[in-house]
Amino acid sequence: MKHNLILRVVAKFIIPLIFLFALYVQFHGDFGPGGGFQAGVIFSAAIILYALVFGVDSAKQVIPPYALRLLASVGVLLYAGTGVATLLLGGNYLEYSVLASSQLDGQHLGILAIELGVGITVMSVMLIMFFAFAERGRPEMDSESELE
Amino acid sequence: MIDNIVDITLLSLLAIQAFAIIRMRSLFAVIMLFSGFSFLSAGLFVVMDAADVAFTEAAVGAGISTVLMLATLALTYDATEIDRKEKRSTHKPWLPLAVVVITGALLIYGTWDIPAFGDPDAPAQQHVAPYYLEESLPETGVQNVVTAVLASYRGFDTLGEVAVIFTAGIAVLLLLGGRRREKPQLEKSGGKHEA
Repeated sequence: MKHNLILRVVAKFIIPLIFLFALYVQFHGDFGPGGGFQAGVIFSAAIILYALVFGVDSAKQVIPPYALRLLASVGVLLYAGTGVATLLLGGNYLEYSVLASSQLDGQHLGILAIELGVGITVMSVMLIMFFAFAERGRPEMDSESELE
Repeated sequence: MIDNIVDITLLSLLAIQAFAIIRMRSLFAVIMLFSGFSFLSAGLFVVMDAADVAFTEAAVGAGISTVLMLATLALTYDATEIDRKEKRSTHKPWLPLAVVVITGALLIYGTWDIPAFGDPDAPAQQHVAPYYLEESLPETGVQNVVTAVLASYRGFDTLGEVAVIFTAGIAVLLLLGGRRREKPQLEKSGGKHEA
């Protein structure tokens, strides 16, 4: 990957749009098609595109692997933690209605939180998988020069 | 009318692509055709008004899994071959073909008993679907019924799915994660593991 000028220019132009679209899908899932799962996949697709065009190492500077491992767990914890929060507030597990004063507000808040958890986990796991595959195929020589 | 034309076009393209995948020997081309197959399926889901499923299919099936399969192809790359070719099967195709044809015929026979697409009297539309359609907006305030069911009514299921994805990530990390740093030890043990 040295001189793909057109690829680089187009990718630089299109990657922010993919991020924006992912965020739209994430937070607009209540109203239109989409939700955390799709948003996570689209978000990771933008970073994978970046890794394909600019190299895996540059992509790892954008989002380091230890952060991905952390984020993957944070997503699940956010989801499960929402359930614990509803338990502590006196409801059933994942009964969002107790999260706010009115039922609709509570549902809205709960769904937002768990969709965010889903999105974060899906995004990180997709990237973890991609990096694991991409790393594996490298020549073994440059493995010593890398941290992590 | 226009729906029928779109359906027939998409389905025949799917069939053509499936045959191309079977006939094709170059693994790279097969992966790209798989991606196209997923994309056409996504189009089919859109025609059937399942926008959320279409979304997932286009993003995961046509996008991510294609990249992962290409990465796998690169991993199993053998430098002596320029173009990866599928190995010729040593078996005769007749037994699998017979199994597939008979199973397919039975499945098509089974579809005769399935209610028509979108039939309001179908059992699937009679069970909890009317409740979700009528009550999800007043109960959850979410316009997209799919999101309401997925996130609220079936919150436990979705939590399980997220846990599955998380587990898959851990499994990949355990199997493939990390560099092959154990090179010195390998040479001691005879270097049998050279992927």
